[in-house]
Amino acid sequence: MIEFKRVSRSFMVGGQEVAALRDIDLNIAAGDYVSIMGPSGSGKSTLLNLIGLLDRPSSGIYRLDGGNVTDLDDQQQARVRSEKIGFVFQSFHLIPRLSAAMNIELPLILAGIPPAERRARVTALLENYGLTDRAEHRPDQLSGGQKQRVAIARATSMHPAVLLADEPTGNLDQTTGREVINLLEKLTEQNVTLIMVTHDPAIGGRAMRQLHMVDGRITNESNT
Amino acid sequence: MLLPDLIRLTTSSFLAYRMRSFLTGLGIAIGITAVILLTSIGEGLHQFVLAEFSQFGTNLIGIQPGKTQTQGGNVGIFGSSRPLSLDDAESLRRLPYIEYVSPSVQGNAELRANGKTRRSTIYGVGHEMPQALRIYVRTGSFLPEEDPNQARAMVVLGAKVRQELFGDSNPLGSYLRVGGQRYRVIGVMEPKGQILGFDLDDSVYIPAARAMELFNRPGLMEIHVTYLPDVALARVEAGIRSVLTARHGREDYTLISQQQSLEVLGSVLDVITFAVGALGGISLLVGGVGILTIMTMAVTERTAEIGLLRALGAREKQILVLFLGEAILLSALGGLAGLALGIAIAQGLHWLFPALPVHTPWLFAVLAEISAVSIGLAAGVMPALRAARLDPVEALRTS
Repeated sequence: MIEFKRVSRSFMVGGQEVAALRDIDLNIAAGDYVSIMGPSGSGKSTLLNLIGLLDRPSSGIYRLDGGNVTDLDDQQQARVRSEKIGFVFQSFHLIPRLSAAMNIELPLILAGIPPAERRARVTALLENYGLTDRAEHRPDQLSGGQKQRVAIARATSMHPAVLLADEPTGNLDQTTGREVINLLEKLTEQNVTLIMVTHDPAIGGRAMRQLHMVDGRITNESNT
Repeated sequence: MLLPDLIRLTTSSFLAYRMRSFLTGLGIAIGITAVILLTSIGEGLHQFVLAEFSQFGTNLIGIQPGKTQTQGGNVGIFGSSRPLSLDDAESLRRLPYIEYVSPSVQGNAELRANGKTRRSTIYGVGHEMPQALRIYVRTGSFLPEEDPNQARAMVVLGAKVRQELFGDSNPLGSYLRVGGQRYRVIGVMEPKGQILGFDLDDSVYIPAARAMELFNRPGLMEIHVTYLPDVALARVEAGIRSVLTARHGREDYTLISQQQSLEVLGSVLDVITFAVGALGGISLLVGGVGILTIMTMAVTERTAEIGLLRALGAREKQILVLFLGEAILLSALGGLAGLALGIAIAQGLHWLFPALPVHTPWLFAVLAEISAVSIGLAAGVMPALRAARLDPVEALRTS
């Protein structure tokens, strides 16, 4: 599903090249549940952004779903993101002026899905995530758990093959955090590939594959 | 992205920042109000002045003696132009497309009747003057058709002269002294009011030959000629030239057609309307700067949102369209408000001061709205491009 071959990513910081990722080789199969752990600055987020096609490798090859996606232009990248990838963020990233339902609807709007089909999908998602009575609420009227449920509903609205979660429980208390993890894990049963960045070993340890990163490299992989 | 969704999304941000959107739109609204108000007054003035001038008709030509030109050498006898005579005027009647001919001499003289005296304008004219200049008789009749060189001493009064000298009594058949000579009153003109400061009602009309004698003039001051409306002006002028040049031996007279004068006047007034419109346009430009400012702020404030949209699959072009849409929405709504306000104020002014002519052509309203939207578009381009080119990773990182 996801295949990295000697992928590196470096940034120019103050005229100096700083390597964020060094020669990453990685294979993730469809339906895998992967957690990425490591200290801050170890390259977790950079790796996630590369997988999510928000960024491009400085060198190396990235194949997604069998196709080479290393050098796609903006439009092609956007299309792959729209069709194959869902994002869940630590800070939810809901648009404050739009209702929960419209936040969920956004990826469908951007993809140009016809309104009738959109309505059906949004209604189903609201019901799936227990948000039906919150549909017309704005994000500031929702609890943290509800916000993240809206975000997950939004991330899955285009039926992506890969779900990328960056510290999805970082802004939640333990109980709601566990609920959110349960929702994400349930998606892997539907053959969604879940890749989650976290620094909480209790959460990361639940993943089928646990990657540990230090200084831009994957130093250790443990499987359960 | 479908158009209704684009409208829904741009409207949502418009509504989320109500106060700010209102103030930004207000900038454009004030600009459009100024443009509409000023051009409405300019255009009203335009139509007013043209109407004043064209009430004499548009198929009117004035022929004046003399020609403005520079001549070289010792001109001698050839340098002086011959005066226009009554016979010159009569000769023009031979031309097939000429409707009416009226010679004209003008001067001031003392009028006396009923023991009252008054200095008024005396017009020496022909019997076809009412038709030629569209000034008609109310009671009695106008000067009769007779041998112009042997005209009898008859006078037609302007409305004001009649009121001043005869009051409410019937002046027809009475006698009036014009510059010492006795004239019989045969008619009274209908009131015409003032035209550009000239009171047409404070005047009397006598035969041209008698006026020439009264003012001791060798010739006419002007010959008014009207022609059939379906004949080309150039053909009429050529005909008049051939007749008069044959009589005078050369072109020592000047033709001034009402049509050309109106065209010149119209273009001058167009420039005035355009100039005041451009003055209003300056405030419109300031409104555009307001949109630029607010859109630049919006892009900065909503950087994280832009990053999110990109993560959700938005292309650069979609981000561009979203922000351009907001700028256009602001300017279009501001423009519409300005149109309503401008037209309302213009009509209000007209209601308060009925003498102030006001007119708002549809074309101006449409052009004003188009320029409002174009300014919104122009002001939105830079911020929208900046939004579209943001690096999604960087954008997502800001909070």
